[in-house]
Amino acid sequence: MNYNWQWDVLLQTASDGSGTWLRYLVVGLGWSLATALCAWILALTIGSIVGVLRTTPMPWVVRLGNAYVEIFRNVPLLVQMFLWFFVMPELLPQQLGDAIKQMPPPWGSFLPAVLCLGLYTSVRVAEQVRAGIQSLPRGQGMAATALGLTLPQTYRYVLLPMGFRIILPPLTSEFLNVIKNSSIALTIGLLELTGRARAMQEMTFKVFEAFAAATVLYLITNLLVVLLMRAVERKARVPGFIGSAPQNTGGH
Amino acid sequence: MFSGYDFDVIQRSLPYLFREGMVFTLTLTVMAMTGGIIFGTILAMMRLSSLQPLSWLAGAYVNLMRSLPLVLVIFWFFFLVPYIGAWIVGSPQPIAVGAFWSAVITFTLFEAAYYCEIMRAGIQSIPKGQVAAGQALGLNYGQTMGNIVLPQAFRNMLPVLLTQTIILFQDTSLVYVISATDFLGAAAKIANRDYRLVEMYTFVAVVYFIISFSLSYLVKVLQQRVAIVR
Repeated sequence: MNYNWQWDVLLQTASDGSGTWLRYLVVGLGWSLATALCAWILALTIGSIVGVLRTTPMPWVVRLGNAYVEIFRNVPLLVQMFLWFFVMPELLPQQLGDAIKQMPPPWGSFLPAVLCLGLYTSVRVAEQVRAGIQSLPRGQGMAATALGLTLPQTYRYVLLPMGFRIILPPLTSEFLNVIKNSSIALTIGLLELTGRARAMQEMTFKVFEAFAAATVLYLITNLLVVLLMRAVERKARVPGFIGSAPQNTGGH
Repeated sequence: MFSGYDFDVIQRSLPYLFREGMVFTLTLTVMAMTGGIIFGTILAMMRLSSLQPLSWLAGAYVNLMRSLPLVLVIFWFFFLVPYIGAWIVGSPQPIAVGAFWSAVITFTLFEAAYYCEIMRAGIQSIPKGQVAAGQALGLNYGQTMGNIVLPQAFRNMLPVLLTQTIILFQDTSLVYVISATDFLGAAAKIANRDYRLVEMYTFVAVVYFIISFSLSYLVKVLQQRVAIVR
C-alpha cells in the first residue's frame, strides 16, 4: 500500500486557529468524555430506579419498567439521537422548543446528546441492576423482612449495597460503551473526538493520520478506565460472590 | 400535538423507504451476519488455539475492535478499503468501492469481534471430555471441531447470536455517516427534502421498534425451545 504518511500534520496549526491539530483532537476527547460522564450520571440515576422497580413485588410497576426498557432497547441509538435533536423541540411547547433550538453551539447538540445517551444507557444499567439484585440469594431479602425491615429499608441496607458491588464489572463495560457511543453525537453536530477526526480529515486530507490519532486516543482512554475500574473492583469485591452476576451480553 | 402532522408524506414515500432503504438495511444485515459469524468462529478457534501467536493475534484484533466506536471504524474502512483493494488487485491507484460494499466489509469485520466472544463462550461450554473422546477415536482437529464441538456450540449460543444480530440490524443505521441510503438514510433524505423531520423520524423509530421487538420476542421463544430439548 503506497500511502504517504505525514505525521507532522498533527503539529501543524488547526484551521480553527486554536492550536495544533493534536490539541484540536484532544479537546474533542474532552467533549467525548464530558458527554459520556453527564450521560453516565443520568443513566446511573434513572437506571438504578428502573432496575429496582423491576424487582419489586408489584406487578404493574414491573410491567411499567419492562415497557420502558423495551422502548429504548428496540430503537437504534442514531434514530433516538435524531428524535431528541430534531423531534423533541417540535413537540415541546413553542417557547421552550424555540429556546432549545436557539441554544448556542455546542450546547444545542450537547444537551440532546446527553439526554439521548443517558436514557439509552439507563436501560442497560437497569438490566444490570435487576440482574444484580436477582442474583442475590433469596434468603437475604427474606432475612431482612424477618428482621422487621420495610421494603425500602431492605433495598437500602441489604439488596442494593450487595447488588451494586456485584455488578461493578458489567457497569464498567457499560461506561466504556457510553464513551464509544458518544461518537454518534457527531451526526447532530457535536464536535467530539470522532467528529473532529473527520473534520481534520476534510481540512487536511490526511485521512489515516487523523483517524489513527483518534484511534490511539480512544485506546488510551479505554486502558485508563479499565485500569481505574479494576482497582475499584478489587476494593469493592464481595468475597464469595465473584462473577455471580451475568457478564455483559453483547452490544456496543 | 399531532395537529400539524403530515401522514401523507409517509404514505407517498413508502415504496422508496422500503424498496430502497429497507432492502439495503436487510441485505447488509444478512451479509454482515453471515460473514461475521464465519469470521468470528474462526477468530474464536484462533483465540482458543494452543499456538500462542494465533491466540495473541486474534485477541489483539478482538480487543481493538471492541475498544473503538463503530462510527470511527466505519470511517476507517470507508477510506481504507479502496487502498486494500488496490493492494490486492495490484493497481497503483486506490480503487473505487461503493458505500454498500464498504459497509458490508466494515460490519463483517467489526461484528466478527463480537460474534467471536459469543462463539468462544459457546466452544468453552462444551465439556473437555468430548474433545478428548474425539481425539481418542482418531479424529483430527478439523473433524473434532466440525462434527462435535461447533454444532453443539452453535446450538447453545443460537439465541445469543441472534440477539447480537438484532443489535447489528440496529447498528446498520450508522451507515448514515457515509451517506448510504439505508432505511434511516432514505427517510433522512425525504425528511430534509420535504422538511418533514418530525413525521419521518418518528415513523422510522416506530418501524425499527416493531421489527426489533418482534425479533427479540421470537428469540425468546426460540430460547425456551432450545432450553427444553437440552
